[in-house]
Amino acid sequence: MDTISQSVALALRMLAHLDPQLTQIVALSLTVSLSSTLCSALIGLPLGATVAIARFPGRHVLIVALNAAMGLPPVVVGLAVYLLLSRAGPLGEFGLLFTPPAMVIAQTILIVPIVAALTRQIVEDVWTEYREQLQSLHSTWWQSTLTLLWDARWSLLTVLLAGFGRAAAEVGAVIIVGGNIDGVTRVMTTAIALETSKGDLALALGLGIVLITLVMALNVGAHVTRGWARARLG
Amino acid sequence: MGEAEIPLGQPIVAKGASVVRRGVRVLDRVDLTVAPRSCTFILGPNGSGKSTLLRLLHGLIRADEGDVTWAGETTRPLRQAMVFQRPVLLRRSAAANVRHALALAGIRGDEAASRTHDALARVGLAHLADRAARVLSGGEQQRLALARASALEPDVLFLDEPTASLDPPSTRAVEEIVAAIHARGTTIVMTTHSLAQAKRLADAVVVLDAGRVTECTPARQFFAVPCSLQGRAFLEGERL
Amino acid sequence: MKRAFGLLLLGCAMLLAPCAGAEHPYIVVASTTSTEQSGLFAHLLPAFTKDTGIDVRVVAVGTGQALDIGRRGDADVVFVHDKAAELKWLAEGNGVARYPVMYNDFVLIGPKGDPAHVAGGEDIASALRQIAAAKSPFVSRADKSGTYSAELRLWKAAGVDIASAKGPWYRETGSGMGPALNTAAGMNAYILSDRGTWLNFHNRGDLRIVVQGDKRLFNQYGVMLVNPHKHPNVKKALGQRFIDWLVSARGQAAIASYTIGGEQLFFPNAGTDS
Repeated sequence: MDTISQSVALALRMLAHLDPQLTQIVALSLTVSLSSTLCSALIGLPLGATVAIARFPGRHVLIVALNAAMGLPPVVVGLAVYLLLSRAGPLGEFGLLFTPPAMVIAQTILIVPIVAALTRQIVEDVWTEYREQLQSLHSTWWQSTLTLLWDARWSLLTVLLAGFGRAAAEVGAVIIVGGNIDGVTRVMTTAIALETSKGDLALALGLGIVLITLVMALNVGAHVTRGWARARLG
Repeated sequence: MGEAEIPLGQPIVAKGASVVRRGVRVLDRVDLTVAPRSCTFILGPNGSGKSTLLRLLHGLIRADEGDVTWAGETTRPLRQAMVFQRPVLLRRSAAANVRHALALAGIRGDEAASRTHDALARVGLAHLADRAARVLSGGEQQRLALARASALEPDVLFLDEPTASLDPPSTRAVEEIVAAIHARGTTIVMTTHSLAQAKRLADAVVVLDAGRVTECTPARQFFAVPCSLQGRAFLEGERL
Repeated sequence: MKRAFGLLLLGCAMLLAPCAGAEHPYIVVASTTSTEQSGLFAHLLPAFTKDTGIDVRVVAVGTGQALDIGRRGDADVVFVHDKAAELKWLAEGNGVARYPVMYNDFVLIGPKGDPAHVAGGEDIASALRQIAAAKSPFVSRADKSGTYSAELRLWKAAGVDIASAKGPWYRETGSGMGPALNTAAGMNAYILSDRGTWLNFHNRGDLRIVVQGDKRLFNQYGVMLVNPHKHPNVKKALGQRFIDWLVSARGQAAIASYTIGGEQLFFPNAGTDS
């Protein structure tokens, strides 16, 4: 109990004073997780929509694989990406290891399955509703994909928020590929891990409270936007 | 995917067309001709295959036996449109829905804008052009679906029980719009549960019973003296 | 909609751009958790950067992993504390040369209750013998770190065959120093720790130092440049400058000046045969 009240006080103090080191860590966390959410949206949204609409051999296998991949352990993904990006590995020449882009790559791999699997589910339902009308209008596969994605945009926003939440919360992948380098690849979750391992639990929990507050604020913002837009545009 | 344009005035012909679903013959060796510029109604009890026949004639489904040709071509022509029982509208404004359909037909920019405006005006929805389509009433949504279809200036318009879930004033409004579209030269193919509606609008009638065509005659003739047993039973008992 | 999308992409690119291009020259140093968590790097590296303008990016992991990072060429310099492993690493052609830099010592940490009655002693071997005999809870890092290698050497020196003697009392966590200390605090167990991490550790619970000062608890740190012939991407010149600075008078003085609560943690001994 003592640690918890200490942490809350610490968290409030950190937020109020906008400690420059904290600000840098928060900014990097948001940048990395938002970037990976964007990248996985670019890959996962069309992928999920295509699997929803198209019929091809192995489609059910792919659906099961995507669903299962939602539960990929972050530390395993981190290790795999580490081996890929290491100088001794196949993509070593790009020198990406221990840099923020490596963290974005690892997180993107982690959340693409979430975005794709949930998009597939949503688009499949919308497709059932629109299929005949779109076929009647001679909509091509690609045109239909875009139409469905745009039409389901508010549900898909929730999907992206889920992806972002997973990215912002994970530590296993980014700590391996990023190396938790102070000032370069240290994000909120890895900073929390570090402070915990130093035994500074109050600070670690304080940082955790800051992180949760940020993610909460983002979700509130998205929810409000969605409500307003829904009222206006149905 | 080669889609031809049939010149206005060519019939749609179904020859020996059957559609089989899970071992059941939903349509059984249907032979019929839809005359150009006609207003053909497909009647029949529930489960007789009306919706399936409509979709077959529109080209949304393929016959498992026999074939359907449009002006002699077996590929689905471009200038057709369909209105469903429940209007299928996107989460956009009314005008945007019409523009979406036009864009799919390759019509954009100023021409699309003017066609959209005219189509909405014709159905009395010009004042709701920027309203979200999904917040419109049932009747307004169906009129919007009709506006979208007519903006495409189709040669053939298919309608699947378009007024089934509408109240009488909305039903009347929809019927007037359909009649106006027909008057401009579009072939109409429509299914309905309402004999009164068929009497009001049809000039040809097709009666289906358990997937088979039992009558295919001019409307006046049908309503005066139906040829088939099923047709007569249908008229009298309205066995739907 | 398209415009908003484009702006979003542009925004992300702008945010990530500074990360992509580093304005200052920098090197990547693979080191151990003990050097980072003791706070030494936070004290030492700013001085180095001030003197040379070179940034140091430290990846702090266990000694085994640090050597592996160096072997793969993902770091320019390796700075760890396990002489035997370092020499083996050099023999395998992974590095250029080894320079001793500093030493600190290990301490045996134990609970206030002291079930094995070792507190106050100076003989680590007999203390470990007593702990094994009493089967008192003992937390081991068991993670190929320098500290773990030292621990194994000490069990051997105590004449305890730990591989067969270990039982439920011997808890192998496979973790870094800090997490292992957390575990020991939670279980009220004995644990071998480097003095630096212990002094900087805040979650002590009922634990305190029970044995210290034995010569065998001496812990030597060495620094090595990763072999640029094996990995052409290694920043040879910058890395060597870091090594030269560490063993120079300036670097050695900086190491000696690092204290926690007035107590010096690391003792510079460059140039000696250690």
